[in-house]
Amino acid sequence: MGGRSNTGRIMNVILRTEKLRVEFKNREFRQTPKVALLGLDLEVNAGEVFGFLGPNGAGKTTTINVLLGFVQPTRGSASLFGIDVRQPIARQRIGYLPEMTYYYKFLTAEELLRFYSRIFSLPPAEAGKRIDAVLKLVELESARRRLIKTYSKGMQQRVGLAQALINNPDLLILDEPTSGLDPLGRMKVREIIQRLKNEGKTVFFSSHELGEVETVCDRVAIINQGELKAIGSVGDIMGRHASLEKAFLDIVGYQPQSAP
Amino acid sequence: MNNIFAVAGIVIKELYRRKDFYVLFILTVVICLVMASVNIYNDNEIIRYIKAICLLLIWISSLVIAITAAARLIPAEREQRTLLPLLAKPLTRAQLIFGKFLGCWLACGLVLVCFYAFFGALAASREHHWPLLNYFQAAFLHWTALGVVIALSLLGSLVFAAPSSNATICFVVVAAIMCIGRYLDSFALAHPEPARSVIWAIYYAIPHLEIPFDMRNLIVHDWPLVGWQFVGLDAVYSLAYAAVFLVAACLVFRRKAVN
Repeated sequence: MGGRSNTGRIMNVILRTEKLRVEFKNREFRQTPKVALLGLDLEVNAGEVFGFLGPNGAGKTTTINVLLGFVQPTRGSASLFGIDVRQPIARQRIGYLPEMTYYYKFLTAEELLRFYSRIFSLPPAEAGKRIDAVLKLVELESARRRLIKTYSKGMQQRVGLAQALINNPDLLILDEPTSGLDPLGRMKVREIIQRLKNEGKTVFFSSHELGEVETVCDRVAIINQGELKAIGSVGDIMGRHASLEKAFLDIVGYQPQSAP
Repeated sequence: MNNIFAVAGIVIKELYRRKDFYVLFILTVVICLVMASVNIYNDNEIIRYIKAICLLLIWISSLVIAITAAARLIPAEREQRTLLPLLAKPLTRAQLIFGKFLGCWLACGLVLVCFYAFFGALAASREHHWPLLNYFQAAFLHWTALGVVIALSLLGSLVFAAPSSNATICFVVVAAIMCIGRYLDSFALAHPEPARSVIWAIYYAIPHLEIPFDMRNLIVHDWPLVGWQFVGLDAVYSLAYAAVFLVAACLVFRRKAVN
């Protein structure tokens, strides 16, 4: 599990994929399967904020789905904390925020968090404290007893973040956490990621917001069409480019078209 | 087990916060009260007909609640994408299936308690006696039969794409079992081989839900209690079928992509 960083510090790899390949069967007769991931090798170290970038359909969500056991890899392996992702126990120390947040609308935020804390086998007293803490963090204390169906989109996103943090996870997996949020909501999510980073948590998140990635990430990986194109620190990836966005466009092979 | 109970608790909460049960309960109550308030042909034995119709309505209502609720438990999670944050937690898919089943089954048990309590009150208002043990036997076997129906619907929800088609198929299958299940063996005798063997195989393979369904007669005709050993055996029989359907559901769901 150990590795060595650029500064010579020993790093613990807590998320690893090796030659990960995912194919989806095509339902149409005699059609070749769609390849979503082509032998992806990734390593994420403890305590870092890792940005996972790529254009739409590049395989970011598929990678996250494999890491969470939603999709079985066709070949290769993936592990969290050294445990195969197919084992439910691998998910004991992670928090996950999906791209679209839909939660049981017939529950209140407090009931939802209590339910999830039971899944993590938190003792009731500790669960109560965690619920108070995460609701305070996402600023939903005053709405804790309201049904989720009455929440705005931003509030629902914050409930999502609260449920991802309920078990005080060591690794947080966020799938486009600021998608569809207003600037204020984005800023709030960014603040929370920064806060988690300061607490020494590992954050793995996919995003299209390159400015945000540039601000909060220690390392970045860029994939395109299921293949890893670049991996390294934000500075390394940017290299000679003026911004991460320009570097990203260059890496994914974007050719600007001249106006007619 | 903790995870199973946690999931079951959420299912119960969902079912009692929805309107389905209340609508069917009120509808059943209104129909039965209207029937009980009139005395067609001035027949003193009218209470037997009222009891029979009331119990039939209770059976139909409970089947509607059980099948429609169970058929959408997993598809609703998939459609609303609540399955993703749930399975991202240390919860196995088998625990999810068993939790959903347990929650739905317990909720249906609560529904039956309400229905039979109303039925008991209605019957006692006319007959001035309350054979509690008979009601208990009928309600208990009714509940175990609903366990089979719920497990079947859960399995169907993983096989068929749309909850509505699954619910329709489950209704047809359950109705067929109740109406013609008992006649399959004599039907087999009237046919030559190999049709006879096929019909016999079906006869022995299907869960015979008509046994608890017939418990209505016990109450309608004030028959004596059924031996408790038979009640126990029938409960074990129903639960064994429910377990088979649930294991099959777990096997189907085990490797299904949920993205």
